[in-house]
Amino acid sequence: MSLILLIEQVLNGLQFGIMLFLMAAGLTLIFGVMGLINLAHGSLYMIGAFCAAAVAGATGSFLLALIASLAGAAIAGALVELVVIRRLYDKDHLDQVLATFALILIFSEGTRWVFGSFPLFLDVPDFLSGPITLPGGIEYPLYRLTLIVVGLLVALGLYLLISRTRLGVQIRAGENDREMIAALGIDIAKLYTIVFALGAALAGLAGALVGAIQSVQVGMGEPVLILAFVVIVIGGIGSIKGALIGAILVGLTDTLGGIFLPEVMKLFFDPSTATSIGSSLASMAIYVLMAAVLILRPSGLFGARA
Amino acid sequence: MIRESYLNALTVLVLLAVPLWAVVADEPFTITLMTRAAIFAIAAIGLNIALGIGGLVSLGHAVFFGIGGYAMGILAHHAQTYTAVFEWPLLIEGTKSMPVIWLVAVVLSSLAALVIGILSLRTTGVYFIMITLAFGQMFFFFAISWAEYGGEDGLSIYVRNGFPGLNTLVPIEFYGLCLGVLLLVLVFAWRLSKSPFGLALNAARQAPVRVETVGLDPVRLKLVAFVISGAITGLAGAMFADLNRFVSPTMFSWQTSGEIMIFIILGGVGRLFGPVVGALVFVALEHWLGGLSDYWHIYLGLLLLLIVLFGRGGLIGMVSGRRAVHD
Amino acid sequence: MKLVTMAVTAALALGLTGAQAEPVKVGLITTLSGGGAGLGIDVRDGFMLAVKQAGNEDLEVVIEDDQRKPDIAVQLADKMVQSEKVDVLTGIIWSNLAMAVVPSVTAQGKFYLSPNAGPSALAGKGCHPNYFNVAWQNDNLHEAAGAYANFAGHKKSFILAPNYPAGKDALTGYKRFYEGGLAGEIYTKLGQTDYAAELAQIRASDADSVFFFLPGGMGISFLKQYKDSGIDLPVVGPAFSFDQGILQAVGDAALGVKNTSQWNKDLDNPTNKAFVESFQAEYGRLPSLYASQGFDTANLLLSAMAKADVNDADAFREALEAGEFASTRGNFKFGPNHHPIQDIYVREVVKEGDVYTNKIIGTALSSHADAYWADCNM
Repeated sequence: MSLILLIEQVLNGLQFGIMLFLMAAGLTLIFGVMGLINLAHGSLYMIGAFCAAAVAGATGSFLLALIASLAGAAIAGALVELVVIRRLYDKDHLDQVLATFALILIFSEGTRWVFGSFPLFLDVPDFLSGPITLPGGIEYPLYRLTLIVVGLLVALGLYLLISRTRLGVQIRAGENDREMIAALGIDIAKLYTIVFALGAALAGLAGALVGAIQSVQVGMGEPVLILAFVVIVIGGIGSIKGALIGAILVGLTDTLGGIFLPEVMKLFFDPSTATSIGSSLASMAIYVLMAAVLILRPSGLFGARA
Repeated sequence: MIRESYLNALTVLVLLAVPLWAVVADEPFTITLMTRAAIFAIAAIGLNIALGIGGLVSLGHAVFFGIGGYAMGILAHHAQTYTAVFEWPLLIEGTKSMPVIWLVAVVLSSLAALVIGILSLRTTGVYFIMITLAFGQMFFFFAISWAEYGGEDGLSIYVRNGFPGLNTLVPIEFYGLCLGVLLLVLVFAWRLSKSPFGLALNAARQAPVRVETVGLDPVRLKLVAFVISGAITGLAGAMFADLNRFVSPTMFSWQTSGEIMIFIILGGVGRLFGPVVGALVFVALEHWLGGLSDYWHIYLGLLLLLIVLFGRGGLIGMVSGRRAVHD
Repeated sequence: MKLVTMAVTAALALGLTGAQAEPVKVGLITTLSGGGAGLGIDVRDGFMLAVKQAGNEDLEVVIEDDQRKPDIAVQLADKMVQSEKVDVLTGIIWSNLAMAVVPSVTAQGKFYLSPNAGPSALAGKGCHPNYFNVAWQNDNLHEAAGAYANFAGHKKSFILAPNYPAGKDALTGYKRFYEGGLAGEIYTKLGQTDYAAELAQIRASDADSVFFFLPGGMGISFLKQYKDSGIDLPVVGPAFSFDQGILQAVGDAALGVKNTSQWNKDLDNPTNKAFVESFQAEYGRLPSLYASQGFDTANLLLSAMAKADVNDADAFREALEAGEFASTRGNFKFGPNHHPIQDIYVREVVKEGDVYTNKIIGTALSSHADAYWADCNM
C-alpha cells in the first residue's frame, strides 16, 4: 500500500470521525446538562436531512437547505422538549430509554407518512462537487474536505460558546449543580429547552451535510445514533472534548480497520476467505475498542463522573 | 384499584384460559401468539432479575437470547443434515431433543454472561448500558458474517424439536410446555427475590456501602445475578427459536435487547409479574395495531409514551395503584 | 360414503374440464413499514393491480406487514396457514425472510410464489414442488452483469458487495460469467453508508471497471460518493440499485450507468405497455421492477386458477408449471426447479424530462436459467 493511499485513508477516517462528532456533540451536551439519554437524537438527524432535501428540491439552494435543516431540527427539538422530554428529567434512565424509543417510532413513521416510502434526493452543490488535488498529488473530494472544516468550526464554536458566553456559564453550572443555578435565579426550564434545541440543531445539520453524500431515507438515523453513543461513551459522557477525540478514534478505527484487517488476514487465508473474515472483524472493531476503553477507564477517556 | 396479587392471579388465568378457548374455537394462531408472549415473558423475567432486583440496566440481553437461539439452530441443523458439530477434539453430534438443547443454551449463555459480566461490571450507570450494548453489537455483526450458519439469512429448522412425552408440533402442547417453563421460572424468580441472596442483591442496589460493611461484595452479588439472568434469557432464546423453527442474527440486534426491556417497563420494573403482563400486552398490541394501518408504529409509539409519562410503575402500577418497587 | 364418492368424482370432473370450483385465498406477506417499505409497497401494488384488473371474485387476498423481521414473517405465515387457511402465500421481499418462511409453508402443503427473493438454497437441493419463483434466482442479474462486462471489454473489474449471504452470491454470480481479471474484491459492512475508504482503494487500483451490488440506501450512498470522488471508470450493477423507486434519490450520479434487469418499462410487448399505463393511472408513479414482479405473480396465479382447482394440488401445480400467462417480460417459462428461464437485458440510466429512468440497450443473456437447477431433485 502506497503512502499516498494511506494518507488518503487517514483523511477518510478523520472525515468520518468529524461527521460523527457533529452528531455526538449534541447528544453529549444534552446528557451532560440534563442527564437525559436521548435515543431519538437519530430522528432529529433524519428530520434535518429531510428538511434540507425538501428545501433544496423546492429552491435549488444548498445554503437555504442547510438553514432549513438547522431550523427544522431545532424547532422539532424544542417542541419535543416542551411536550415530552421535560417530563423525563426526573425519571430514571429506564423510562428515558423507553420514552425516547417511542419517539423514534413516532418520528420514523411520521416522516414516512409525510414524505412517502422512497428515499429523497439531496446532492452536493456544484461549487463543492468533484475532487481537488492536495499537495503530494492526493485527489480528494472537495465536499469531504469541507465537512472536515465545518466540523472543526463547529467544535471551535461550541468551545467558545461554553467557555466564553453567558449561556455557556449556565450550561456548565447546570452540569455541576442543578440546585445552584435555580438558586441563582436562572430559568432552568428555559435553559433546558435551549440546550435541547441546540443539540437538535447540531444533529439536523449533521443529517443535512451527510445526507448530501448518502441516502436521505427513513431509518437513516439509527445506525448513526448507535455510533454516536459509542463515541460519547468512549470520550466520557458530557465532555465535548471527549466527543471530538472519541469521534476521531472511532472514525479512524472503523476506516483503517476495514482496510487493514482483510490485508492482515490474507497472510493466513486465501483472498476470498480473508476479505470475508477481515470484514467481519472490521465491523466489530469499534465495539471492541469501546469495550476496551471502558474496561480500562470505566468513565470513558474524559468522563468526570460515572 | 385492584390488589397486585389479584392482578397476578388474573394474569395466570389469562395464560390458562385464552389458549383453552382458542382450542375450542379452533383459533390455533391465538395459541401461537400466546406462546410468543410466554417465551418473551421468560426472557424478560431473566432480565428483570438483573434489572429489577440488581439495578443492572443491560441493553445487551439480546446476546443471551441469541446464544440460546443459535444453540438450538446449530444443534438442530447438524441433526437435520446428519453432520457432526465438532469432530475434534471430541465428537459432538447435533440433536433434535429439546431438553438437551435447553441445557446447552443455558450453559453457553451463562458462560457468556460470566465473561461479559466480569468486564461490564467495572462500569456503572449509563456506561454499563452502553458497554452491554457494545457486546450485543459484536455478537450481531459476528452472526451476520458467520457464513457457515447462514449469516444474515439465518438457519431454518424444518421440524420443531422434540420433547419426551409431547408432540411439540401441536400448538397447544408446545404452548403447555412453554407455560410450564414460564411458571417454573416465575416460582424461581419469586423464591430468589425472597432468599438471602435476593435480599442482599436488593440491598446492593440501594445501599452498596452498607452491603460492603457487612462483608459482602456488591460487585460479586451483581455478577451472580447477571449470570442467572443471562441463563434464563438464553433458555428463552432456545424456545423462541423452536417456536419459529428459525434463527437469525436479528435475535442479537439491539432492537431485541430494547424489546425485552420494554416488556419489563411496560408491565412494571421489579415486579414479579411485570414482564409477563408487559409481554402479553406488547404481543397483543403488535398484533391488533398492525392490522389497523401501514403507519401503526405511530400508535404504538404514542401508547408507549403515554404509559411512561403518566403511568407510574408500568401497567401493574397503574392498575394496582402501588408505586414502583424500583424507583 | 356415497356422498364422499360423489364429491370426489365431481372434483375430478371439474379438474378435468378446467373450471374453477373453489375460491382461492392468498396470503401476501411483505414489508410495508420501516426503511425497506418501498419495495414491499411496489410488490403489493403491482399484485393488487392485476387482481383488480382480473375482477375475479373467487380470489381473496389477505395482506400483512412483516416489518422486515424474520420472526414476524414466520409468525404471520403461521397465522395465514392456521387461522386464515390460505391456499397460497406470496409477497416476501428479502432472502433471509424467505428462508425463514418458505420451507415451513411448503412443507405444510401450501403453495408459495416468490415475487422477489430467490436464495440459492431454494433453487438447488432445497427446491420444493410447491415453491415457484416468479422473479429470478438471486444470482441471475449478477451473472448477466458479468456477461455484459465481457461484452463491454472489461478486463480488470473491481467488485464489491455487502458482507452477507446475498452479497457473496452476487460476487460469485458475477465471477461465474465474467472472464477478465479482478483488480480487487471487497466485502463492505451491511448497512454501510460511507464508502470513502473503498473508493480510495478503487482509485489506487489498476481497475478498468467497477461492479457493485449494494441494494437500497447503500447503493444511493455509493453512487453519490462515486460521482463526487471523480473516479471515471464505467460502472456495472444489477437493477436493484437503479430501480424506479430510488433513481430519483440518486440523481445525475446514476446517469449512463449500465445495469442488468429482466424487465424494463420500455419492453415492447402489449402486456407491458398496458401494465405501465394502468399502473401510472392507478398509483400516479412509474412502476419499478418490483411492481412488475408483483403483477406477474398475480397473473401467474390467476392463470393457474383458470385451469385447475387449488384443492387438487397436483393439477394446480401443473397449471402453475405451465406458466401460461401474459408476462410483462414477454417470454416467460419455468425451469425444472420452478425458477424462471428468461432473457436478461442491459439497461442504461437516462433522463426523460425531469424523471430519471432506464432504457434497454441490449440483451445480456438469452433464455437464461440458474446455476442450481441440476441439484434439484423433485
